[in-house]
Formats: sequence, structure tokens, C-alpha cells
Amino acid sequence: MNVAPTSEGKSSRFRPGVEGTLPSHRRPTLKKAKINRKKLYIRAMRDAFIQMHPGYAVKNPVMFLVWLGTFVTLVFTIAPNLLGPSPENHPHLFYGLLTGICFLTVWLANFAEALALGQGQAQADILQTTKSEAIAKKLAPDGTICQVPATSLRTGDTIYLVAGDMIPADGKVIMGVASVDESVITGETVPILKESGTNVASSVIGGTHIISDELIVRITSDPDQGFIDRMIALLAGTKRSKTPGEITLMIFLGVLSLVALLVVATLPAFAYYVESPVSVPILIALLVALIPTTMGGLFNGISIAAMNGVAQFNIIATSGEALEACADITTLILDKTGTITFGNRLPQEFIPLNGHSLEEMANIALAASVFDDTSEGKSITRVAQSLGGQLDFDLNQALGVKFSEDTRMSGTNFERGHKARKGAVTAIKEFIRLGNGQAPPELNSVCEKISQQGGTPLAVCLDEEIYGVIYLKDIIKPGICEACQQLGYMGINTILLTGDNLITTSVIANLAGVNDFVGEATAEDKVSIIHTEQTAGKVVAMIGDGSNDAAALLKANVGVVMNTGSQAAKEAADIIDLDSDPTKVIDLVSISRQLVVTRGALTTFSLANDITKYFLIIPFIFTAAHLQGLNIMNLSSANSAVISTLIYNAVTIPALIPLALRGVQVKYLQTNQLLLRHLLIYGLGGIIAPLFAIKFIDMLIATTGWG
Amino acid sequence: MGQSFLQIGVTLCIVIAIVPVLGRYMARVFQGERTLLDRLINPIERSCLVLIGVGSKDDAYGGKPQTVGEYIRAVLYSNLCMGTLVYLIIFYQRFLPWNPNDFDAPSWDILLHTVVSFVTNTGQQHYTGETTLSYFSQVAALGFLMFTSAATGLAVGIAFIRGLTGKKLGNFYVDVTRAITRILLPISIIGAIALVFCGVPQTLGGTLVVETLEGRTQYIARGPVASFEIIKMLGDNGGGFFGVNSAHPYENPNGAANLIETIAMIAIPASLIYTYGIFAKNMKQAWLLFWMVFVALIILIWVTVTGEQQGNPLVNGTLGLEQPNLEGKEIRLGWVETALWAVMTTATMCGAVNGMHDSLMPEGLFSSLSSLFLRIIWGGQGTGTAYLFTYLILTLFLVGLIVGRTPQFLGRKIERREIILASVVVLIYPIVVLIPSAITLAYPLSLSGITNPGFHGISQVVYEYAAAGANNGSSLQGLDNNTLWWNLSTCLTMFAGRYIPIIAILLLADGISRKPKAVETAITLKTDSLLFTAATAGLVVILAMLAFFPVLALGPIAEGFKLAAAS
Repeated sequence: MNVAPTSEGKSSRFRPGVEGTLPSHRRPTLKKAKINRKKLYIRAMRDAFIQMHPGYAVKNPVMFLVWLGTFVTLVFTIAPNLLGPSPENHPHLFYGLLTGICFLTVWLANFAEALALGQGQAQADILQTTKSEAIAKKLAPDGTICQVPATSLRTGDTIYLVAGDMIPADGKVIMGVASVDESVITGETVPILKESGTNVASSVIGGTHIISDELIVRITSDPDQGFIDRMIALLAGTKRSKTPGEITLMIFLGVLSLVALLVVATLPAFAYYVESPVSVPILIALLVALIPTTMGGLFNGISIAAMNGVAQFNIIATSGEALEACADITTLILDKTGTITFGNRLPQEFIPLNGHSLEEMANIALAASVFDDTSEGKSITRVAQSLGGQLDFDLNQALGVKFSEDTRMSGTNFERGHKARKGAVTAIKEFIRLGNGQAPPELNSVCEKISQQGGTPLAVCLDEEIYGVIYLKDIIKPGICEACQQLGYMGINTILLTGDNLITTSVIANLAGVNDFVGEATAEDKVSIIHTEQTAGKVVAMIGDGSNDAAALLKANVGVVMNTGSQAAKEAADIIDLDSDPTKVIDLVSISRQLVVTRGALTTFSLANDITKYFLIIPFIFTAAHLQGLNIMNLSSANSAVISTLIYNAVTIPALIPLALRGVQVKYLQTNQLLLRHLLIYGLGGIIAPLFAIKFIDMLIATTGWG
Repeated sequence: MGQSFLQIGVTLCIVIAIVPVLGRYMARVFQGERTLLDRLINPIERSCLVLIGVGSKDDAYGGKPQTVGEYIRAVLYSNLCMGTLVYLIIFYQRFLPWNPNDFDAPSWDILLHTVVSFVTNTGQQHYTGETTLSYFSQVAALGFLMFTSAATGLAVGIAFIRGLTGKKLGNFYVDVTRAITRILLPISIIGAIALVFCGVPQTLGGTLVVETLEGRTQYIARGPVASFEIIKMLGDNGGGFFGVNSAHPYENPNGAANLIETIAMIAIPASLIYTYGIFAKNMKQAWLLFWMVFVALIILIWVTVTGEQQGNPLVNGTLGLEQPNLEGKEIRLGWVETALWAVMTTATMCGAVNGMHDSLMPEGLFSSLSSLFLRIIWGGQGTGTAYLFTYLILTLFLVGLIVGRTPQFLGRKIERREIILASVVVLIYPIVVLIPSAITLAYPLSLSGITNPGFHGISQVVYEYAAAGANNGSSLQGLDNNTLWWNLSTCLTMFAGRYIPIIAILLLADGISRKPKAVETAITLKTDSLLFTAATAGLVVILAMLAFFPVLALGPIAEGFKLAAAS
């Protein structure tokens, strides 16, 4: 009776590594290793110069201010006595140095951005190589094959593929079985079995290769709309627009810069009044020291690096906004089938009822499933055959009845009006009641038992008589339980939301370790549940795959869809996961929080730095004011203090590039502990670090005997 | 020294004791709950409101809630009307009663400055009250504005708190009326009577002409001082009946009067934080913020007192004494009281003085300038609390980033609009202070009457604009500021420093009030923690320093070093 062993054999159909071994995202991806780092740096250095173009530079107001400052100091380097005699001893040298350092600051900021862009671009380039000018074998409606360029394929076209071919575009397998090498995208070298019918294994991705056998595939994406194309666009940053979070932070930085500009612009009047005039290049130096150049310089790099980070997990975020929203998720709604369980449920047991034998039931189950090409139908057929089921009818005169959401059953109509059906128990009960049949008394208890084990009961009937119940077992994807626990630590409430019956849902919810569950939900219910959560002030993420999830995915603050999901769902989603692995939500939230934290940490550091730099420069600027008492670090001279401060200002940018591109590690401490930790490191550290760093540079300058 | 500690300690203890009582009372008043004076005032108030079409009998609270646009318009129009009315009253004071000394209309620029000064709750005096204004002008014109401008600030502060806690902004007219009838007027009546008992005159009689013992004639100015005095302090207006303000023996005759006046100026701004706690149902946060401001106040008082106690090293060195700095102090009050008052009056944006701030030691100048620059150590009537929360919102934004969350305040998201509006509040002040200061200093001879060269001159000019922009109104009296340039430029500073932030905070509060409230989860950043409060204090100081460190360095700090080097 127990047919479980058959199901084990099917696991090869899923992405290797999913079952039993580590979840896919824990694997290192291979894409990264191929990048030539030296080339990357050289290209970034070159691009840093190109980005000096005013049209480009103006997009970052903070750095543009430095850029303008560089220009002004350059003018003064050439003509130091432009506005009266210069107070410095060696104005050409001193102003020249200031110009050089200001220029270096802008260049380094550009370099940081170019490096981040370059990293993405390099990965995009690798993906781009997969998009060679492939020739596809297009199947005409009459069955003839014609060779066409891959770029001419449109959604709905059918193509023929044999071993060795590259799949020209994203598609769905409609016939055949073949193994496919997807290493170019996933970095996973073990080939994956593809066949039609199953949700999981029927979608193929453009750019991957067929290793064995042959397939007929229906194309599901237009040219430049496929997974790889979207990935390339994401990595290359071509479609990057500023997110609300970025804009808000830029405004904040802009306001700080404005205050600094105001101070520097009004300062000459004050200085003049106390007969301690300040030269323009010194004012520019003060301005550069005062505005948050560290954060301004690393600003774009941080965001680009985060998007690249996401792509490395084989996730496509349709916008930076969607990624930012992930940081705030408080509720995660999970669909069951195809999301936390594998899409194809397997028959675990055939339970005959009404005194029928197992064989009789297998016959009917086979009859009801013979035209069913869903994964469930196929596995039921296989199991029924292995149990000795035989078809007593003439297939040529039979007609398949497809499953629909209304009837919630499928089956076959045979000659002489016989109707074999399998489907949801309530639907089958209704079906036999119409034929004046009687449900066997033990039906309910059997169904209940199956539900309690977390399975789904499927009734099988011929005409008005129920022959038995098939116990369909849901297989929970590995790592779900741990993931839910982890999400709990991260403060995210998980809810299982499914159309399945309540008992099954509760058992699955229990096994998967989700906090809450809602069963027997229609597509409308799903939307309304998300709405309820949202009105309660929660930020809701929804993971789903089916067409019936599309509305809910759209409604949720963040919609995550599995790549195996339906087209409608994919279009509604903000984030597409290639590996169809819901545990990746953890990574999504982590990357997103890391992005926000990195911004916050560097802004704090930058702001704290400014105050120290201010404090170090001011005593030297007004020579007549005799503020030597404020020179707590005992810097050697005015020129040296200004130059060291600016050098420090410039070098913090490259010093922090690794941190900016990698992101600040977010420890899952309590929020307050995290705050304390980061305030100490980046706030207090940002005040103390420049004190000593500038003193050190000053000592170096002093040893040269200049200043 | 022991006695000075005692004086400061007693004053501060009284403040701490008053805060919960007054804070709770104000919450009752503005939440429309029953208060003691309801029976007496309600019928009059209701009929007035119904008469002017603000409320109907059915409204539970007495008025229709206004949208933010209506609220802002109500603030601006009502202020404009009151300003115009007062301008006309003073302009025609010759034809109006209670003018025993027959004062004529002052020149248009000083009149405009005076009106703007009082309508914006600044109380900056470029005029000398006892020789310029009739009693009617003092009482009916300026006295009237003292009530309404304080009430305007209070109403805006309350509207802001309402918005922040997710309620509708309320009705400006109702709030102003209630602020006057339930808070300012009752306390003023009691306070004025107390001041009269202390010896403050309250008369309509004209200037006394007496013959001194030497046989000379002396003119003694007097008038309805007590009533004027109490609302000047309680409403944090600060414009005195006499030119020398509370240093005049008729405004502030003795220690008891001085204590009443000190408490009066700090009472409402300090209590409003407590009122916020009641509105937000978060007393912990209210107390944390209260103590944050309180500690800042104590630090500034400490700095001032230390400076004054050491005295002027040049004077002491020449005379061979070890005296505290007694220049510009009223001996009947003592130097400690002036040091304490100097910080309190700049911190609360009252702007009254009981000694000459121009004669403060550099430490005292540093403290009083810092209080002006910070604007939240209690801050102005109503607006101080609003600015405090504006800074808190900015902190929340930064700190929210640090912990990886979109910042939320009381469950409502802080987004771009909030940051822009908060930035306006932060930005406008340095703009209206630094730019005119720079212009004035750039043309020192033609424009200004700066009486000191060098660093003290910078302090004088910056102080004048800082006090105007923060609606404080005190000044370093050495400055000869009754000139066309000073009158008009400070007018502009007062005006922009008052209404632009008010519009911004009202829009800010309104935006926040209309956001959905998110639930607090385990990972939500708590804003009522000591750590967060410390971070807020840090950001407030950083932002103020960013804008004003150079002027502090060139003003009091440089003066301090110079003084130390010379002795």
C-alpha cells in the first residue's frame, strides 16, 4: 500500500542540492571567481576621470560642491593675488596642494562608484557572453523546423532543442525530458532534469545549455525581457533610479552641505571684522572639510553594491525601492504549494473504500488521471500502474476533463457515459450526490486522518461511486523550518496562507514552523488578509507562485515570486527568485538592512568626522584671534593643519570603500544594543579617529620641514 | 558660593515641582477636559466663538478642527490683523486715553520693529518704553500682543503635539482663546498681584516729578507695571515696561519678585514637554527629554556662574581683589541671580534681562549665545517643544538608518517630506542669523552702531540677530540698535525666524498625523530610551555647532583667550 519509495526517485527532478544538502543560496556562486580584479580596478580608475564631467558630477550635490571648490582653488593657484595679496608664504605651492587634494577627493569618490558599477558590469559581461547570436530551431504550426535567429523569437513561439544546443530564451517545456546545465546562472555544475508538466522543472532559462536528450519548449519571454536580460540590466545599473530612501538621505546630506556653505560664505565678513582675513582657498578647504564628503563620496557605491549583492543570490529585484522595503518587513506571508512545499505533491498511499480492492481503485485512479498532464496526474498514473492498475476503456473514445478552480476536480469521460473523476473530497461528494450516489461512511474519518498527517486527500470515483482516497503528501522544502525560526529572531512574523483545507494547513504550518496560518483562502481572501495586516501597520511581504497569488503579490509591500511561478505572478512581483527558494527572504532582508545600516553608519561617521575636522581647522584659520588654546592636538602649523585635514578627508573615502561595498555586518542584536554598538563605532569612533589620523599626517608633514 | 548654589538649587527645584502640575493642567485644557474655570469662562468663551463663527454649540471641544492650510492661514491672518491694529494704536496714541506724558507717534521704522517684535513673541526693544509709549499703548497694544503672541506659540506647539500623536491639529482660534483664558490670564492675575505685593507699581498716574534732597528735580517713570511684567515673563515676551527691563527696580524690585519672574519665564516651556507626554501617553519619553534639556540648562548655568564668579581678571588684577564680575549687575539681586537669569532668559526665549548681558564674562556670553543657537533648551513658548521634536525626528532618521529600519516616530514613518520640513526648521535659523550678521559686520561704520571693536563686536552683532531670529529679544545693550538698518534687518530676521518654522512644523505635524500607525514590534527602535535621548542631544549639539562654531570661536571664545592672555 505504501508507495512512498517511488516518490524518492523523483527527487532528482528538482534542483540538486535542494533535497537534503545545503539550501542553494548557501553555496558559493561561481560567477564571482571569473572577474579579473586587476582589469576592474584599471577600468574604475579610468571611469573615475570620465565621471568628472560636470553633467555627471552634478548628480551628486555634495561631491559637486567639492568639484566646484577644486575649480576655484585651481584659479587661485594660478593667480594667488586675484583678490588682493595672498597671506600665505608660498601661495602657489600651498594652493596647488589644496587643489590637488580636492581633485583627489572627487576622483576617489568617483572611483568608489565606478568600482561598484564595474563589479556589476563585469558580472553582466559574463552573462552577456551567453547571449551569443544563437540560431534557434523554430517549430512551425505544421511541424516543420526552420532556423531563425534567437532574437526573432517571441512569446508563444515553439522551438525544438537537442543536446548541445543553447536555450535561446526563457521558456516552458511542453514535451520531452532532458538534462540542462544552468551553471552559467546559478554556478551549479550538476545538470538539472527538465520535463514538461511539473511546475518546478518545466521552466528553462535562456543562456543555459542542454546536455542530453531533446526538448520542445514554448518561449515565455520576448527578446531582452528574459531572466538573463533583466539580470544584466540590474547588474550593469542601466535602469538605476534613486530610491526614496536614497533621495531622503541625499536631502539630509544636502542640508548639512548647505549649512556648511552658509558658514563658509559668511565667514569672510566675520574674519575681516577682527582683522584676520581668510584667503579663498582656505575657505574652500574649510568647506570641503565641513561637508559630509565621506558619505557623499561613497553614496552611490553603497546602493550599487547592494543591488549586485542581491543579484549574486540569483534574485532579481525590479527596483531598488523594492529592496529597501525589505528592511522593514514585519510580516511574511507564504503560499503553501510551490513555495514552502514542492509544487508536485506525491501520492503517498491509495486507500480503497466501499469494499473495493486496491487494484480496483488503482484502475479508476488511472482512468481518471490518464489525460492529466499535471505533475500530480503523472505521479498518480505512475503509482497506479505500479500497483497493477489497468485501463479497461478504449482511450480513443475517451475525453479528458481538465481541472478548474470551479469544479476542483479532473477526470475522463468514457464511452457509454462513464465518468471517472478525482478531485477535492467535497467536490467529488457533490459530484456523486448529483448522480444519486452515497458517500461511504468511513470517507470522512479517512480524510481527516490524512489531513492530520499533513497530507491532502483526493477522492476517486467512477460515476456515482467513490472507490477510494489518494493520500497526497506535501513535501516541505528543506531549510524552511530553520528559516522561519531565523525570521522570528529578525522580528518577522510568518503566516502560511493557502487554499488547502484547515487541517492540512495547520499540520504543514506546524511542520514548517510558521507562526500563524490561514487555510481555505481564495485569491480575494489573500488580498483582504494582506490588507488587514497592512492597516494594522505592518509591512507585508508575500511569497507566492501561482496565478491566484498575483493580486496578493501586487497588494503586498514586497511581492516575491518563485521563478517557477506563473507569468501573471511574475509580472506582479517586485522580486523574482531564480532558485525558487523561500529561505532566501532571510538574505533579502539581511542585504536590505545591511544597505540601510551601511548608509546610516557612514553618514554618522561622516558627520562625526566633520565636527572634529572643524575643531582642528578653526583655531588655525583666524590667526589674529589667538585661538591656540583650542589646538588640543598640537598640530604644527596652519598650513599643515589644513593640508592634513584635507588629506585625511580624501583618504577616508578609499579606506571605507571595502566597508561600503561589502556592507556593514548586521548582527541580530536587540535594536538598542545594535544602536549602542553602531553609535560607539561610527559616532564616537568618527569623532576620535580623525583626531589621531590628522595628527599623524601632520607629524609626517612636519618632518618634511614644510608648513 | 554656597549661597549661590542654594539660590540656583531652590529655583530649579521649584521648576521641577511645577512641571507636572502645570503640564497636566495644560493637557487638560487642550484636550478639552473639564478645568476649574470652566463654569466661569465657558459661557463667555462659547458665545464668543459662536459669534465669530468658529464653533457651534454642538462641537464637543468648542470648534471645528481645521485643516493644516486653514490652521496656517488662521495663524498668519490673525497675526497680521493684530499687528496692524497695534501699529495703528501706537501711531495714534496721542489721540487715545492714558497718555499722561503726551507721547507722540514714534518714527515708522521703530514702530514697525516694535510691532513685529511683539507680534512674533520676541519682545526685542529698540525703543525705550517709558519715554516712547503711552500707558494705553503699553497695556492695550503691547500687553494685548504679549498675550496673543504667547498664545499663538502655545497653540502652534499644541497643534504640533496633536499632529505628532496622530490627532487632528485642532482649531487655532479655540486653542488661542483657551490658552489665554485658562492659562495665561489666570496665572497672570495671580502673578501680578504677587508682584504688587513685592513692590512693583501698578498705576495709571503719570511720571512723578520729585524734588531730591539736593533740591534738584527728578522724574520717576511709573505706570501699570505689575500686570505688564507678569505676562512679559509668563508669555516669554521679554519686552519690558522700562528700557532697562527687569533690571529696573520697579519691574524687579527684590529677590522675591526676581524669583517669581524667573519661575514665570520657564514654567510654560518646561511644562509643555510634560504635556506632550500626556498627549503621547509616553511619560517616560517626556521625562527623558525633560532631563536632557534640564542637564543642558545646568551645564550652561554652570559655565556662566563659573565665569562670573572668577570675575574679570583685568579688573581684579588692577585692583588686587578677588571679586566676582559685578559690572552690569544689580546688587540688590546679586550676581548669581543675573548669571542664572541670563541663561534662563536666553534658554526660554524670554529675552527679559535683569542685568546687562553686554557685561557678562566671555563664559556667560558663550552660554547665552549657545542657548540661543540651540533653541530647544526649553525654547520659545510652544515652538521650543516643537523644535525639540523636530530635532528628534532628524535624529530618528539617522538612528533609524544605523539600525537598518525606516525610522518611525510613535509608529509613524519618517520619510522624505518630514526630513525636508525638519530641515527647513534647522536651516532657516542660521540663514536669518548669519547672513545679516555678515552684512552688518562687512559695513560696520555705515550700517551699525557697534560700540566695540574686535571679538566683542562680533558677539554684539551675532547676539542681536540670534536673539531676533530665535524670537528671544534680549540684546547686548551696548549696541546702538535704534537705527533704520537695525530696525528693518532685525524685523526681517524676527519675521522669518518666527513664521517659516511655524509653517514648517505645522505641515510636518499634519503630514505625520495622516500616516498610518504601524505596530511596534520587538525590533522597533525605542525612542524613549536613554541611549536615543543621548543621541538626540548629540545631534542637536552637532547641528548647532556646525552652523555656529566659527562665530562662537570668533566671539566669546576668542574674547576669553584674549582676556586670559592679557591678565
